[in-house]
Amino acid sequence: MGIAMRSSLRLLALGAFSATVAVSALAPREAAAQKTIKFIPEADLRSLDPIWTTAYITRNHGYMVYDTLFATDAKFQIQPQMVDKHEVSADKLTYTFTLRDGLKFHDAQPVRSADCIASIQRWAKRDVLGQKLGDLTESWTAVNDKTFRLKLKQPFAYVLEALGKPSSNVPFIMPERLAKTDAFTQVSDPTGSGPFKMVKEQWVPGSKVVYVKNTDYVPRKEAPSWAAGGKVVKVDRVEWLYIPDSATAAAAINSGEVDWWQQMPPDLIPVLSKNKDVKIENTDPLGSTGMIRFNHLQPPFNNPKLRQALLHVVNQQDYAIAIAGDPKNGKACASFFTCGTPLANQAGSAVLSGKRDLEKAKALIKESGYKGEKIVVLDATDQPIVHPQALLTTDLLKKLGLNVELQAGDWGTLITRRSSKEPVEKGGWSIFHTWWVGPDLATPALNAPLRGSADKAWFGWPNDPELEKLRDAWFAAPDLAAQKKAAEQIQLRAWVTVPYIPTAMFIIPTAYRSNLAGILVSPMNLMWNVEKK
Amino acid sequence: MFAYAVKRLLAIIPVMGVVALFVFSLLYIAPGDPAAVIAGDIATEDDIARIRAKLGLDQPYMVRFGGWLWALAHGDLGVSIFTNLPVAQLIGQRLEPTLALTLCTLFVTVALAVPIGVIAAWRVGTWIDRVVMGFSVLGFSVPVFVLAYLLMMLFSVRLEWLPVQGYVSITEGFWPFLRHMILPSVALGTVYMALIARITRASMLEVLSQDYIRTAQAKGLASDQVLYGHALKNAAVPIVTVIGIGIALLISGVVVTETVFAIPGIGRLTVDAILRRDYPIIQAVTLLFSGAYVLVNLAVDLSYTLLDPRIRY
Repeated sequence: MGIAMRSSLRLLALGAFSATVAVSALAPREAAAQKTIKFIPEADLRSLDPIWTTAYITRNHGYMVYDTLFATDAKFQIQPQMVDKHEVSADKLTYTFTLRDGLKFHDAQPVRSADCIASIQRWAKRDVLGQKLGDLTESWTAVNDKTFRLKLKQPFAYVLEALGKPSSNVPFIMPERLAKTDAFTQVSDPTGSGPFKMVKEQWVPGSKVVYVKNTDYVPRKEAPSWAAGGKVVKVDRVEWLYIPDSATAAAAINSGEVDWWQQMPPDLIPVLSKNKDVKIENTDPLGSTGMIRFNHLQPPFNNPKLRQALLHVVNQQDYAIAIAGDPKNGKACASFFTCGTPLANQAGSAVLSGKRDLEKAKALIKESGYKGEKIVVLDATDQPIVHPQALLTTDLLKKLGLNVELQAGDWGTLITRRSSKEPVEKGGWSIFHTWWVGPDLATPALNAPLRGSADKAWFGWPNDPELEKLRDAWFAAPDLAAQKKAAEQIQLRAWVTVPYIPTAMFIIPTAYRSNLAGILVSPMNLMWNVEKK
Repeated sequence: MFAYAVKRLLAIIPVMGVVALFVFSLLYIAPGDPAAVIAGDIATEDDIARIRAKLGLDQPYMVRFGGWLWALAHGDLGVSIFTNLPVAQLIGQRLEPTLALTLCTLFVTVALAVPIGVIAAWRVGTWIDRVVMGFSVLGFSVPVFVLAYLLMMLFSVRLEWLPVQGYVSITEGFWPFLRHMILPSVALGTVYMALIARITRASMLEVLSQDYIRTAQAKGLASDQVLYGHALKNAAVPIVTVIGIGIALLISGVVVTETVFAIPGIGRLTVDAILRRDYPIIQAVTLLFSGAYVLVNLAVDLSYTLLDPRIRY
């Protein structure tokens, strides 16, 4: 070997020095604090205000730092949470609530009636059920610091359901100073009275959120059940580590760098299931539901016959497998109300669950007078739940001989374009796909895409006064049996006017290291009761 | 040279002005509405319109551009639409990981690639040269994310030597910092290493055929003195140019590497901001990257005078 070669190798060795030393040192894995849970959430926490946005990640953050007056349990019963006791007047127009003892915000201030009233009033400006409650409210009055009163203009059977609403927007209680903020302006102070405190100084948006146990929190005595019951925190600290790349997240849980991955893509189940230290489970009892949403304003889907035609060819099993990958994680659910919830029913469902009938669909298309108008299907290729649905629907439309164009973009573009009411030639759309978590479609009060309120309805703007009348009838139903009947009537009507088509129910499993225990089964990701051994 | 440097520095102002106009205009016409992203799936059109008004997104182009420029001139990069945090704070949080990754990558690649290129040129036509060129082709061909996953699988999951993801600040200890930097730096640096090794070899080959090299050898100088004292110094100008150009490659590569290794750097901040149309962040980061690129080019140009006394400005 020549001198030059030796010199070059010396340089090479120098260049590799740091890496060699680092690898050869093989420093032992940093000992993770025993009482810290490292958790990969479903998305990046961007906003801290669960009233300002409906994003589920912000809702989950809300459950960490805030508490609620009431909460829904696993039997769909409304249970008191911050409230100790409540009374309803004989005329059902006055509700009196008394708070539990020992409730304190993270800034050590006591939770007062004024905080609760301001919080509920702010929530009622944004939430669909809150708006209904707001419309029927005559007044909110603080009797004293622990007792407050709601007076209604007319009886409303869903007051407690509204105050115990489990999913976005959840009526979380904030300090009055924050709850006085305009409902359309974001609150960025995470002071709540919930079981965890956010360490805002350590928040790195896009990467990390840190929570510590709220040692002042007084949990209820009852066992936890969804968001109801005792919120007993069994760890000192929780770190949400946003890892956008699923392969990296899988490697991180495989190697034990993180403890819990909230939502893992189904295609990674075979990889992780080989590791005996990782458990893969379904902790969401209701799952989510995909949907085909039509633009009811523009041709050709302003014609109900054409929307009905699709009902005869959509195969929910195909959509379930396309979304969930594994048939075990997806299933058909031919109901406009989340299967597994009290109002789910099979009224008229044969049109979607029966034998698929291409000829019947073609006959309906002929009846509709379809003249070859272009159909634009919006696709969001960055959304693994939206993209396969868009491909399947486009294929179905082609099989039916319709003039269809799949327009691919990202989710940010899709949710902007879907607000356009213009014809497709001017940037409008005909169909888009999305999905909703189980609680959001469980009742006519919550199911936004089932509204027929035209311009005030959700994107797609179905105009169906009859559907709205049936919804009002549901609100007026005095008991569960009557509510179920009313829900059936709504569903029968919906099969005729087809505001949307439910494509499939699916579950996204969670993965966690076997040293975790006590993860709650709930449609929301809740972090109390979880132990790290 | 001082006058030249000042002139080039002053030229940055109009360049950045054009970049600012370009970035703002592109974002203005690009599809997407942060108000719709914020409002979420359940929102009505009215909700979105109210949020848009609150954020000032319903203002005309000139009003928005003027407001942004005015704030910029006063050192205010704005506030993130989503997190409600100052953009300067968000960039500040992310600057250290990106700088650390870029510098580690530069260090690893330059320290390895230059000697490799020199060896290949010195042993041109031998198996050593062929191995180096083979590595070079491979380095160019394997995408950063593929290499990143392979390294992760081997060193993190199988051997459990290095962490899979994340970033530890150097203030928390040098070894934890280095352990988190090794895999991302190697993954990101391989393409860059291949490029520099190839350019070094080509540049050295040209210099090694010069008469003065033969003279140096004839007068009995040791090979390493010939190579590093005479040849490499004269071959350095194109190598430094490529290192400078490579900064742009690093900037684009950082986006992928930071995503794969979950490093909270500027690259991920940018991608996240683009996906949710967080305009103030996109604008600020683009300006920052453009400014960095202009300054790196200036530094490269000025370094020529140090490397080659014949070059004068």
